[in-house]
Parts: sequence; structure tokens; C-alpha cells
Amino acid sequence: MNLARLLTNDRGGQVFLAILVLVAVLVPVLNLALPESNPLHVPTYTVTLLGKYLTYALLAVAVDLVWGYLGILSLGHGAFFALGGYAMGMYLMRQIGDRGVYGNPDLPDFMVFLNWQELPWFWSGFDQFWFAALMILLVPGVLAFVFGWLAFRSRVTGVYLSIITQALTYALMLAFFRNEMGFGGNNGLTDFKDILGFDIQSDATRIGLFLASAIALALGYLLCRAIVTSRLGRVAVAIRDAEDRTRFIGYRVDHYKLAIFTVSAMLSGVAGALYVPQVGIINPGEFSPLNSIEMVIWVAIGGRNTLYGAVIGAILVNYGKTYFTGVLPEAWLFALGGLFVFVTLFLPQGIAGLLRRRRQKPPEQTDTAQGDTA
Amino acid sequence: MRIKFMTGGMPVSWLRALLLALFIASPLVHADDNADFDAALAQLAVSSFDSKAEAIDTIAASGHPAAASLLEQLLQARLFFRKADGRLVIGEKDGRRYRIRDALSGEPLGIVKKRALRKIKTNNRLRGHIRSTIATLNLSSPEVAVRLAGVQQLLERPDPTALAVVRRQLDKESDPAVAEAMRTVIALEDLKSDDPQVVREAIERLSGSLLPAARNALARVAAKSDDQQVRDAAAAALSGIESSLQLNQLAETLFFGLSLGSVLVLAAIGLAITFGVMGVINMAHGELIMLGAYTTYIVQLLMPGHIDLSLFVAIPAAFVVSGLVGIAIERGVIRFLYGRPLETLLATFGISLILQQLVRTTISAQNVAVENPSWMSGSLALNPALSLTYNRLYIILFALLVFVALLLVLKKTALGLQVRAVAQNRNMARAMGVRSAWVDAMTFGLGSGIAGVAGVALSQLTNVGPNLGQSYIIDSFMVVVFGGVGNLWGTLVAGLSLGVANKFMEPWTGAVLAKILVLVFIILFIQKRPRGLFPQKGRAAEG
Repeated sequence: MNLARLLTNDRGGQVFLAILVLVAVLVPVLNLALPESNPLHVPTYTVTLLGKYLTYALLAVAVDLVWGYLGILSLGHGAFFALGGYAMGMYLMRQIGDRGVYGNPDLPDFMVFLNWQELPWFWSGFDQFWFAALMILLVPGVLAFVFGWLAFRSRVTGVYLSIITQALTYALMLAFFRNEMGFGGNNGLTDFKDILGFDIQSDATRIGLFLASAIALALGYLLCRAIVTSRLGRVAVAIRDAEDRTRFIGYRVDHYKLAIFTVSAMLSGVAGALYVPQVGIINPGEFSPLNSIEMVIWVAIGGRNTLYGAVIGAILVNYGKTYFTGVLPEAWLFALGGLFVFVTLFLPQGIAGLLRRRRQKPPEQTDTAQGDTA
Repeated sequence: MRIKFMTGGMPVSWLRALLLALFIASPLVHADDNADFDAALAQLAVSSFDSKAEAIDTIAASGHPAAASLLEQLLQARLFFRKADGRLVIGEKDGRRYRIRDALSGEPLGIVKKRALRKIKTNNRLRGHIRSTIATLNLSSPEVAVRLAGVQQLLERPDPTALAVVRRQLDKESDPAVAEAMRTVIALEDLKSDDPQVVREAIERLSGSLLPAARNALARVAAKSDDQQVRDAAAAALSGIESSLQLNQLAETLFFGLSLGSVLVLAAIGLAITFGVMGVINMAHGELIMLGAYTTYIVQLLMPGHIDLSLFVAIPAAFVVSGLVGIAIERGVIRFLYGRPLETLLATFGISLILQQLVRTTISAQNVAVENPSWMSGSLALNPALSLTYNRLYIILFALLVFVALLLVLKKTALGLQVRAVAQNRNMARAMGVRSAWVDAMTFGLGSGIAGVAGVALSQLTNVGPNLGQSYIIDSFMVVVFGGVGNLWGTLVAGLSLGVANKFMEPWTGAVLAKILVLVFIILFIQKRPRGLFPQKGRAAEG
């Protein structure tokens, strides 16, 4: 079957998907079936936390797709993530209806607060889930398409591309902080009540969102896997390793880049959309350049161009973040900063590289460190 | 008189006597004057207004240093006699009572009830007299500054009685600025005249003035005058003033833009070295700026009471601190990552997080207060509509100074030569005997040191906190990329033009939107010119 073809030669992916399925089955069971007194009971808080990690993992897979296989270090994937999140947030805001503080049936609270009389045009349609779902894919996708089309066509590469992607997310952050933009300004969108008619606070909905995140991660992984094993993926790797040579052979490098970049942005949007109902808020802080760089470090720690490595990195780093910020808040930035330095100096292939080196000696000769972008 | 008695004596004793006489006489004369002055003060108590006017003249004529301020207090009806001992006091209303102080020495005398005081009453005629006396006192003062202040006071608060004094003093005035102000005062008064000829001359005189008073007065004439010709002349003068004001507004925006641009240049120029010359993406650059700002703070803590000098100590100190940290970063991390720019970016970003947290834990997570030296405050008034604040002015000068210094280092020193050699062709430079590793460390140290110096400058303009660097890093990269990597002149032009563009957009769009637009502009610009405004020519620039 197709699936089998995708996963042959992907031991890491097989293990990862098996664990994912196991977790997706076990966690809801342990949450619902066991009483709270049982030591194996998984509290709903943990379910939501795991769900959040899974959305991060999906985001990391999307980043790995462009960085690991295409050689584009995007420092702006946080923007696509946040845009997907905002699209979902707008749907959730419209679902509040007249249950807001001001009880206005049409306008979200912050608009009433700002004395707005009617819904801005770009908010219309978001009361329908199908429309919001479409926008979750379209908004990040179109932005990535336009941005990528401009950038790749004029052959902006390497560090320059990284810096302008960072400028993109920075500009978006500044824009979303403005109240006049109509996205809740500084406070963002919050106070969500329900999603698709289900109470967003209830345990069942939480588990549903967790499962949705797990499924999205599995599908996203398979999609990326399908891309990288296809002819498209092989051209992408060629572009990563020798862009000019690939162009001279006759491939339309910018088309390939654009396609993969856009798909990656849409995946990030989906991750953001699943993230927002689980954490219950989306604000412009999600656009901050720091967030985008953190995503890159997840991938770097987990191991580039393996896809499953990105998942490991995202979950490990975020677990560390949750743990440290609870126990030793001051130590977290030291730890994160130290990780950046340590991984780039001593673990260029990340954890996945460590695992692989153990399994097969001598180590694979794929240390491709963008030698052509100096 | 006394000298006459000595005429027969010896010359030496005659001379001694003369000296003695002078010695005795001078305090006597003074005492005599003081007696008059005291008598005049006492005379103020007499209720007759004529007598008071006489007293005022005596006070004015006495040349007593407090005369003008005393008369001013009298004009404001704040001069009282204390009933208990007849002491002359200045009283200021404090609720229903009066806070009093001695009229001459300023010694505070507590708070008393209204009953305990007797006000020195004045009437309209007397007040007019006082005003012209004050004006005369001010305008005939030997100090230019006092005369100027006196005239400027009249500009803000026109006074018909003082005008005669102005006309009288104008002929004697030697200082051109004071004379000009006097003519403006007269012209402002002439505008109210009934004679169209006089009014037209006054309009002629005021047509170049940028003072708000002149503009308002002309607007009044342009709207209200009965004479069509006068109205037209006033309108013409007014439109001239408006366009001149607009020009000044433009100059001010340009100045603001240049000062913002200088900040950008300062922040970016160190990056232009590390990124541009060495090809190293140093995301910790902002934190090196922050370290410079904190060095300023610590230098000020170490030398309290010498705030005015602290910056001159802080500049070299910050250069050394940031430079050393930079060298440590280069030796410890970056040298292992040459040729892998994206990894360098990540590693230095990690370092930036560590440096930020280091400052948070060792100093404070809050912003710290860095003081401004006194010579940084105040402003240079070019004309009534345009004044340049000193801190911005110094920032512009400082940025240019740093730029020139850096240019000289790169072009005229042995280190600069080696830096350029390594940047152009590392292998060839090594073959010629350049220690490229040492040059790398020095170059990075130089760029980092410049970042520290920028931090000193920024500490005078913005809040100094752990996040100071983060807010400048993206802007700095934009400036370097916009100007063209590896080109100091490009950085200068890009920084200044981005600053000016930002300030010119701000009135239309607001500060945040202006910044967004600038970012979007750069993103689009990079598409058109991927190598910046001034791309490096030749093979060295090829990716």
C-alpha cells in the first residue's frame, strides 16, 4: 500500500507513528476510564498540555520540511502559525455570540469596548466553521505564496531570506498590536466558549482536541514524508545542496521552493488553529521573532532533515520549558541559550543524528551544512 | 572737600590721604544711596499715589539689584507691610492665608493671616507707571541678556506704557538681536494704529517674523482691518510666514529623522563590520549594545557626583567591555562555525538569550535609571519656530564621529588592512603571512566594541533594560542589508535615509504603522536589489 511505501526506510518514522497511535489511544482511556485517585490517571490538564505539544510538533515538522529538505532557514514560521491561530480565534470569538461581557450578539467584546458599530468586512464569514477552516489554510498559504514568489523569483537566499522572514513576522507583530487592525490589539482573542457546539472547557472536548492534534500530526507527518520521498522532494534536496547547479540542469528552482514553502506554511497554520482552542488565547506575542527562532531550535535539537527528529525536538524542548519555568524560571533562558550553542557546536545532526549513529556505523556522510551560502 | 585740608602736606602723605579718603568715601556714598532706597521703601507706605510714584522713581534710580523684581512684585500686588514691625514682605496666597518672605533678602517668614499684613495699594495710573519703569530698568540694563529678556517679556505681554520706553531705547541699543526684538514690539503695537500707512509699514516689518504673537496679530489684521489694501498686505505677509513655518517644520522633521537615523547607524555599524566584513551573523549584537548601556549605568554608579564626566569614562569602558565579550564569543563559539552562517545565527542567538538572562539575574529584570549629563539637556534655538535639542544633536555628531573613526581604522591602520585582506581572500591573506584567526578575533572585537559604544549613546535616549538589544537587532539587520553588506558607506546612507523616511511618514501614519511600512518597504526592496543599495562588486560578493 501507499502508506507502506512511505514508511519503508523510515525506521524513525515507524517508531514515531507507533508511539503516536499508542499515546492517542492510551491517554484518553487513562483520562476517562480511571478514577482520579488512581496513580495512572491522566488529568485533563496533562491531556491539554500534551495536545499543545503535539501542535508544536506539527509546526516543527513544517519547519523541518523547509529547513531540512529545502535549506530555507525561515525565521518567520511563527507568523504562519499565528495567522492560523487567529483564523481559528476569530471563529471562536464569533461562537461566543451574546454571551460576552457586553452581550452584543454580533460584535466581540473588544469591538464594543472600542465603540465599533459593525463587524469589519474581514470578520464576516467566520461564524461558519467551514469558512474558518478554509481561511486557516488559505491565509498562511497565500501569504507564504506571495512572499515566497517575490523572494524566490529574485533569488533571495540564505541569510538574507532568514532576515527578511524575521522582518515579516516582526512587521506582523507590530501590526497586530494595533487596536485599529481589528484583531483585539494587545490582548488578542480570548474568553472562548465553545467550538462546533461543544463546550471548550469540558473534558470530552479537550480530549477531542487532543485527538484532533494527534491525527493532524500523523497526517502532516505522512504528507511531508510523501513530499520528501517524491520526485519533488528529491529536487528539493538537490536545491538545498547545490541551488545553482539544479537551476542550470533546467529545474525551475523557484517553483519547487514556492510549492514546498507554501505547503509548510499551511501546515503551520493548521498547527496554530489546533493550538488556540487548547491554550484558550491568541495574541500578537505569538508573532514575536523569538518564537520563530525557538521553533528552529526545536528542529535543530531534534535533528534536521529527518521529520521525526523535529517531533522529538519540539516535545523535548517544550517539556523542558514547562518543567524549568515551573521549577527554576530564571534558569530557562540559560538552558535554552545553552542548548542553542551546544547543539550547533556539538550536535549538528541533533538527537536523531545520535540515534542513527548508534544504529549504523560508520555514520552516514550527509553533513550538508549549506556550504553554498557563505 | 576733605582733600583740601591736606594740600600743604608731603606728596606721600597726600597720596595716602587721597586713598584713605576714597576708602572712606565709597561706603559712605553707598550708604547714602541705601538710605535713599530705604526711605523710598518706607515712602511706599504713604497712601498718596503721587508719593508712591515718587518712591518708585527713587527705587528705580537707586540701581539696587533687587529694584526690578521688587517693582514686579508691586505690580502683581504681592508687596505688603507687616503691621507688627512695618517690615516690607512679599506675600503669596496660601489658601486663605499668606506665605510671606522678606522683600529684599527673601528670608521666609512663615504663614500669616491676612489681617497681619497691609497691602501696598496701586491704581491704574500707578501700574502703568510701574510697567514703564520696569521696562526702562530692564531695557537700559548693561546686560544684553537682561535687555533681551525684557523685550521678550513685552512680546509675550504687550504693554502700551512700556512702548514709549522701547522707542526711546531703540536708538541707544547696540545689540542687533535686542534691537530686532524691539522693532518687532513696536511693529506689533503699530498694527493697532488707525493710520493705514503706519499699519502697512508694521506689516512690512513683521512679514518675516516667526513669532506666534506676530502671526496672530497679522491674522487679526487680515481678518478685521477696514482697509482693503491693509488686509491684502497682511494676508500676503501671513502666507509668507506660513510657508516659512512649513519650511521650519520640514527642517525639524529632517532633524528628528537624522537623529533617529544616527541611532540606527550607531546600532548597525558594528554589525556592518561583523556581518558585512566577516560574514558572521551575530544575533547577540543587540545584547552587546545592551552591555554598553549597562556599562554606562555601572560607571555612573561608581562615580556619583560626576555625572557630567561619566559618559567620557563610559565610552571607552563600554568599548572594552563589549569588545572583550565579543572576542570571547568569537573565540569560544563562532570560530568553529565559519562557513555555516545559519548555524552561527542560531548559536549567537543562544548567546543573546544567555546574556539577557545574565543581566536579569545579576542586575535587575527592571529597567535601570541612567542619568543624563547636564550638557545633554536643553536645546539650541535657531529661530522662534525651530530649536534643536542638544541630546539629538550630540547623537548625530557622535554617530558621524564613530563612523569616521571606524572608516579610518579600516582604511589607515595595519589592522584595517589585514581585516580587508582577510575579508577579500582569506587564503591569499594567510599565504602573505596574515594571522587570519587573530584578525578574525580583532575584527569581531572591534565590531562588538562599537556596539558597546552605541549602547552608551542609546542609554541617553531610551530605557535601559534587558530587552534593549532585542528591540534594535532587527532594525540593525535591516539597515545593513538595505545598505549593502560589506559597505560602511551603505550602512551610513541606509541608516540615515531609513530614519528620515520613518520620521516623514509618522505624521501621516503614526509611529507603529510607519515602522511597519518601512519594514515592508525593505522586504520589497530586497526583492529588487538582493545585494542592497551599494552591492559589493566582484567575485567576493557572489554567494
